Amino acid sequence: MRLWTWAATLIVAAAVSGCATTTTPAKVAEAKADAPAAPAKPKPLPPGLDPMARADAFPSTYRPMPSRPTAVVGASVFTGTGQLIENGVVLVKDGKIEAVGAGLAVPAGYETVDAHGKWVTPGIIDAHSHLGVYASPAVQANSDGNELTNPVTAEVWAEHSVWPQDPGFNTARIGGVTTLLILPGSGNLIGGRGVILRNIPARTVQDMKFPDAPYVLKMACGENPKRVYGSKGRAPSTRMGNVAGYRAAWINAADYQRRWDEYRAKVAKGEKADPPKRDLGLDTLSAVLRGEILVENHCYRADEMAQMIDISKEFGYHVAAFHHAVEAYKIADLLADNHICVATWANWWGGKMEMLDGIEANAALVNAAKGGCAVIKSDDPDLIQRLNQEAAEALAAGRAAGLQITEADAIRWITSNPAKAIGIDKQTGSLEPGKRADLVIWDHDPFSIYARTDRVYLDGAISYDRHDPRYQPRSDFDLGQPGEGVR
Amino acid sequence: MRKVLFSACALAALTLGAAAANAETVAITNAKILTAGPAGEIASGTVVIKDGKIAAVGASAAVPAGARVIDARGGVVAPGFFATGSMLGEVEVGSLGNDLSVNNPEIGASFDIQYGLNPGSVLFPVARLGGLTSAVVLPIPAGRRGGDADEEDDDDASQYTAGPSGEGSKSHTLFSGQGAVIDLGTGDTILTKARVAMVAPFGSGGAALAGGARGAEFVALKEAFADVRDYMKNKAAYDKAAYRDLGLSKGDLEALIPVVEGKMPVVAVVKRASDIRQVLAFARDEHIKVILDGAQEGWVVAPEIAKAGVPVLMNPFDDRPESYEELAATLDNAGRLSAAGVTVAFESTGGSARVRETRYEAGSAVSHGMAYGAALAAITINPAKIFGVADRTGSLEPGKDADLVVWTGDPFEPLSQPTAVFIHGQAQPMTSRQTELRDRYKDLALPLPPGYVHP
Repeated sequence: MRLWTWAATLIVAAAVSGCATTTTPAKVAEAKADAPAAPAKPKPLPPGLDPMARADAFPSTYRPMPSRPTAVVGASVFTGTGQLIENGVVLVKDGKIEAVGAGLAVPAGYETVDAHGKWVTPGIIDAHSHLGVYASPAVQANSDGNELTNPVTAEVWAEHSVWPQDPGFNTARIGGVTTLLILPGSGNLIGGRGVILRNIPARTVQDMKFPDAPYVLKMACGENPKRVYGSKGRAPSTRMGNVAGYRAAWINAADYQRRWDEYRAKVAKGEKADPPKRDLGLDTLSAVLRGEILVENHCYRADEMAQMIDISKEFGYHVAAFHHAVEAYKIADLLADNHICVATWANWWGGKMEMLDGIEANAALVNAAKGGCAVIKSDDPDLIQRLNQEAAEALAAGRAAGLQITEADAIRWITSNPAKAIGIDKQTGSLEPGKRADLVIWDHDPFSIYARTDRVYLDGAISYDRHDPRYQPRSDFDLGQPGEGVR
Repeated sequence: MRKVLFSACALAALTLGAAAANAETVAITNAKILTAGPAGEIASGTVVIKDGKIAAVGASAAVPAGARVIDARGGVVAPGFFATGSMLGEVEVGSLGNDLSVNNPEIGASFDIQYGLNPGSVLFPVARLGGLTSAVVLPIPAGRRGGDADEEDDDDASQYTAGPSGEGSKSHTLFSGQGAVIDLGTGDTILTKARVAMVAPFGSGGAALAGGARGAEFVALKEAFADVRDYMKNKAAYDKAAYRDLGLSKGDLEALIPVVEGKMPVVAVVKRASDIRQVLAFARDEHIKVILDGAQEGWVVAPEIAKAGVPVLMNPFDDRPESYEELAATLDNAGRLSAAGVTVAFESTGGSARVRETRYEAGSAVSHGMAYGAALAAITINPAKIFGVADRTGSLEPGKDADLVVWTGDPFEPLSQPTAVFIHGQAQPMTSRQTELRDRYKDLALPLPPGYVHP
């Protein structure tokens, strides 16, 4: 629904700003502009000065790697939709899932992969990563994740910090991660845009950008912003300062939107009008208010999450997911009622006051609420390599709390639920016909500590094979170094 | 008067109860037993606990009359796990600081962590539910932070490995102080053994403390050890202030005597292969005992480490080039070191809140080539041996402290859960502040607010 609204808005906006289009509103606008009595048609703005001219100034150049029609046969298949299919067959064609079921016939010409005694899951999706923006080695020169010069930096985009040669992308792929959301850090109230990447070895970040994925906005509650700016002797230095900061930012965004709307209305009527000055930060924030950009909100404490929900209602946007959210279990009902996903860990807690009440069963209790959406994510270049283990720990904690949870249900915490939380669930996150063929073959049940990936497919192409060095990419950084990046 | 009497009686009953609990005889039956000792793995058997000690272990061990019987129902009994390199007892909330790092010109080597231990920490019950019953707690080099935090918080910590501080030499900080072994039980006294090892950072960390270069650190350390030896021979003159100036305080000189005598090992924090070689050579030249801590590139020099008989504390999850000192890091490090004959112990991930992940480190090492028994040893008997407490704990052998855990299955598996934890033969509560929070908020539809729920 939100995506549809976004598309419609883009079409209308493109029309009224004079871009070439054949849709009805454009014809109306042109007809008006061409009427003999009307003043001369205003010159269209150069694209760089018009926030709506190009939805994406850094378009994706992602192209799937070569693939062949493939049948993965005989595995226990977790579909990511809550099903476990024994002796399953997954058919892949043209980079898409063609069919999934028990004992399906393999069409002629398909490469058959014998996966008897193995497990298959959708490719793992990490909804919270800083790979590339906090690349390895973690030297100052590679520390590009937090623009700590202003508490509101909506104008920065994480993709402009991503170093595609971060060796961490390769180790994450060995762990089964096929898609990941790269976020700015949490030192600012509003940290900037995050970018969703396909986990493919690439020369440029544009080559990794997930086509047709939404942008996201990183926001942060609590200790980090107030500590960073409080220590500089400026606002915010308190949680109430934090909240004042968010509200001021949204008021500015709404004002900016109104100025552009007025300008476009005048242009549409053929009246003379001066365009507002483009502002990159307010571009992003106003796009959030239009529902085009998803909000991913770092927020640990239950009481702060409840306040962020009120702020979202005050200004008319929706929080797609709270991240870390170690106290989500205290308000699992409120979060479910507001259709907000919870991207959290099983084991991280206690590092600071706002992490003190984190419990292992957090995800399971979120999952248990009617309509709850639990996501296990990493926020860490080590944990991203074993999100399946973290999900297993969260599952075990849920069972220890007396909840009935199947593995088929829990696998959604690292596949279809993160896809939903970052707005790409129509394209990936589960093994359903028509979706991208992102899948992982495991040598053990992925909820076992002994599970390792045998193969990782991205869009039906082998992106990693544990037993075939041809499919074990290395970063440029690792070449010629001790160990050569063999992890 | 009656009231007072009643209270006195109640108190007496409570005291008796506590004594009885201490002396409780327990037989855990129908269990697969991972002894981590010479008896290896016992497919099905019984473990008997008496007077706080392990009384019997075996396939046919008899259940004593009157013993409380715990039927493990085919589950697993294993020694309680040993947390290596955690901050347990010396930290509560990571960002509030800890009691493991000093920057005092008079106190470096002489810093002794035993006096800061706090058995009341809420971290202990959480660690116990991860199957941990012992820990070695080591000082943290000056200027370095431990702990768990999100990515934003990591910024300053990561710079530690990025290069020297550029400040002048601070020889008192070359040694970070002495660690201790503790148990994680509910008792008031958790200290098992104090002054088990002396910590000293090497590589870029040591270089930073020595004034900015690795070469400076080794020169400074040799001078410090020469000073200690001179001090030992000339104590009387030193005490009369009739001796040359020595770089370290009297307390630090005293603390280093067991080190130069080869009695107290130095925990050398070191990552890079070339730095490991230098540490091994330095230990040989100075006749000191060392333990390598970190050793991310250890596999590159595994035969040399094995030949020197030097044990290694390491985290099997370290596989990224996190710094220029660990470019060759790999998940195969643990397995390769072990195969080369090195005694390995696994270090906790991230401070102390996540110390319960120790058992997953062992499982992960197994899936990357380490023998199961070696991985088990790395979180039980090996750290006990390395820190000199193997006569008391670390394996299931008659006469040792009854520090053990009953599991529903393979303890390395996340889906296995502990069902009973014993420390010194005392059954530990199977709850933590976290399980209390969980149970308080499990049902959000109660008529009264959660604050009225007391799990």
